[in-house]
Amino acid sequence: MNEAILEAPGSVPPETAVNPVEQAINALKERFPEAVSDDPRDGYSGLLVAADKLPEVALALRDDLGFDYLSSVTGVDLIEDGKLEAVYHTYSIDQGGGSVVLHVQVDRENPVIPTLVPVWPGADFQEREAWDLYGIHFEGHPDLRRILTWDGFHGHPMRKDWKEPFYEEDTKPFGSRWPAGGVLRAEELNPYGQNVQYPPGWVPTGEEYDVETEMYAITGADLAYSIDASQQMKTDKITVNLGPQHPSTHGVFRMVVQLDGETVVDLKPVMGYLHRNHEKIGERNTFLGNIPYTDRLDYLSPISNNHGYVLAVEKLLGSVVPERAEWIRILTVELTRMANHLWAIGFLLNDLGALQTPMLYFYIERELILDFFETLTGARMMNNYMRFGGVAYDLPDDVRGQPTMSFLDELVNERLPKAIEQGNNLMTFNEIVRARSIGVGRLTRQEAIAYSMAGPMLRASGVNYDVRKAEPYSYYASLDFDIPVYYDGDVYDRYRVRMDELQQSLRILRQVLPYLKETEGSPVIDGKPSYAIRIPQPGEAYGRVENPKGELGFYITAKRRSASPERYHVRAPSFINLTSLGKMCQGHKVADIVVILGSIDIVLGEVDR
Amino acid sequence: MTSSNAGAVAPDLVVPEELSNNVMITNIAKLLDPAYNWARRNSIWPMVFGLACCAIEMICTASSRYDLARFGMEVFRATPRQSDLMIISGTVTKKMVPTIVRLYNQMPEPRYVLSMGACASGGGPFKEGYNVVDGIDKFLPVDVYVPGCPPTPQALINGLIALQEKIDQQSIATAPWYRKDDPTAGVVPIPVLGPDLVDLRKIDTIKREAAKALAEQEKQEAQERETAVSPEAA
Ligand code: SF4
Repeated sequence: MNEAILEAPGSVPPETAVNPVEQAINALKERFPEAVSDDPRDGYSGLLVAADKLPEVALALRDDLGFDYLSSVTGVDLIEDGKLEAVYHTYSIDQGGGSVVLHVQVDRENPVIPTLVPVWPGADFQEREAWDLYGIHFEGHPDLRRILTWDGFHGHPMRKDWKEPFYEEDTKPFGSRWPAGGVLRAEELNPYGQNVQYPPGWVPTGEEYDVETEMYAITGADLAYSIDASQQMKTDKITVNLGPQHPSTHGVFRMVVQLDGETVVDLKPVMGYLHRNHEKIGERNTFLGNIPYTDRLDYLSPISNNHGYVLAVEKLLGSVVPERAEWIRILTVELTRMANHLWAIGFLLNDLGALQTPMLYFYIERELILDFFETLTGARMMNNYMRFGGVAYDLPDDVRGQPTMSFLDELVNERLPKAIEQGNNLMTFNEIVRARSIGVGRLTRQEAIAYSMAGPMLRASGVNYDVRKAEPYSYYASLDFDIPVYYDGDVYDRYRVRMDELQQSLRILRQVLPYLKETEGSPVIDGKPSYAIRIPQPGEAYGRVENPKGELGFYITAKRRSASPERYHVRAPSFINLTSLGKMCQGHKVADIVVILGSIDIVLGEVDR
Repeated sequence: MTSSNAGAVAPDLVVPEELSNNVMITNIAKLLDPAYNWARRNSIWPMVFGLACCAIEMICTASSRYDLARFGMEVFRATPRQSDLMIISGTVTKKMVPTIVRLYNQMPEPRYVLSMGACASGGGPFKEGYNVVDGIDKFLPVDVYVPGCPPTPQALINGLIALQEKIDQQSIATAPWYRKDDPTAGVVPIPVLGPDLVDLRKIDTIKREAAKALAEQEKQEAQERETAVSPEAA
């Protein structure tokens, strides 16, 4: 613990004359006058880039201008212009600050964009997703297959003109649910009695879509002989499937592994088993209606998901958040981070074979945090709590019969520190923990950045990057805390980053509590809470927060006076962190896969959305 | 049976004096069912089977604070072969359904299904999603539904007690898992992933409806051709 190398990169970057984003944008326009231009749309701040020049522009941005971190890639359907668009958000790790956004527009009928995987390997899964959901063809992509739906799925579901098999209306509540007070289930009108449709004339045999066989071929395995196969003993490489129903995959996640004996030669993640159409539903919901859905993304840290989303919408609305609400936000978000890390560490040790004991000890403390959340928001887990311009309610008078402030005092100053210390004493220098995790699942600094890793994954590889410091939001700039950074990039360091972050969260909470006492009684929301929120100006917004799992971003575009987002995209840290899983597992043993996966700390609700 | 109620025994049955205080004569179902049910209801082995957010609450139910052990249910098994209760905790997606059904089929009978949460019971908040199955009961016979999003651990425990009560009322003589004619007994055909999810039990309907749609499409195309041709002809 004490060996931690804590770096405090100063609180707020001073206002310099030229901001790096502007500088980069100007430099790009100068260097590629033909290919790069300002985005002329109202409320858009990025650059329009010609598709064929994209790799060159990206390289210049990465190598010459220092924007070396590709955070998010997504598609947008501009159906009125007959175009599809890809949107890239890039950041500079060293300079911090905002993003350079690239927009690439192509013809809707023939959407081809060169891939950016050679420039940023972190684009891999994200481009696959844009292909799956929008049908944007990324030329040169090494493995352009469906990722959230399955092979053989009909169409590209995020396109605006794609009709769901059972389709009612654009926005909720659906008329069919309340005609004259009676309930009609519209799917019962469907001849199949279910939420499905099939192509005309289709005769299913059940065999034409042999998804499975293809899955097993994806490791590129010509099942050749093992490297140490000799004349005397010939051994084959074999392909093994783990999941989607497996106790160690933290949910419905699947890995197809090619093995040489016990050694992993190659590994491909297969996901989408919990693809709940978050984004499609999000584009039909009202702005307010999306808040409870964000809870269900990373369901171990619901309130911080709320935070990312409300920040994005607040940018579009121009809301001002009252002081007390900001303090409460930080309180709840940091408690969420602690609840998440307690869970993540407990589970990681479970994966290591410390079956359940550390987990059970940590859950007792997590339950205390949930007690607070339950009194605050009415729910243990799905704390639909933040609102645009504030939070839904003020703090309760008491929690489980104890005055709220004294409950929080006890939690922050006694219970949690003791639990963390106990855990630390038991596990950090434990022989087995160290033997199983040091040197396992290594990622170097360069790899971590290239693969767009985020959160503890990034910081365990020696990258001092935390959105709370790099682009401060809320009141984080005025709080005193450090960013734990470790340099080996292995499972052990990820564990220690999380352990240290628990301490830092406590430090933040101790600073926040006095402010909560001070601001008692002042308003917690800006203006009157309103259901019917409409966006005054058209435009795009990207709201990002440092979630316990890494940078969580919401990319939202809206038209003027619209009541629901035109495009609603989630930059999910768990999903993108998985990009490096194959790389990290190569050369390790099968048993290590479980631990490496545990060290990423994924939540499938967020991976599959 | 004590001698005082020996009169209940058929008159021609002679009960020896030394046995009359400790032999119970009854019919087999009355003797077996309570014993059999008592054993089963107090040793349910649920399967480790988490699908989404609800699974987190399921894990909490089994851990420190709530403790399923006092119901004889703490032995979560990692394989269907050793489980007799499948707790469907979370959103059932089309991509996942084939796996769920396959695992259900692998469970030995008697087996039970508990649908935990709004999603598993009816699609929940994601009902309108194109990849979401609105209720696992479209595929599997569900014994107990636990409402909530997610249900609290207390709610899940309540559901498990409800399941115990259900088991108490079952009889070997009429239990579905020994009857051929019961639709909930036996193997459920595993759905396949086509352009959309295909429930193999509905294959006839699908063929019929798809043929109808094809006929309509052809008719429409023919009409379009006619209208396209006629102005030229004129
Ligand atoms: S019912 Fe609610 S908590 Fe449970 S899986 Fe569905 S969305 Fe998650």
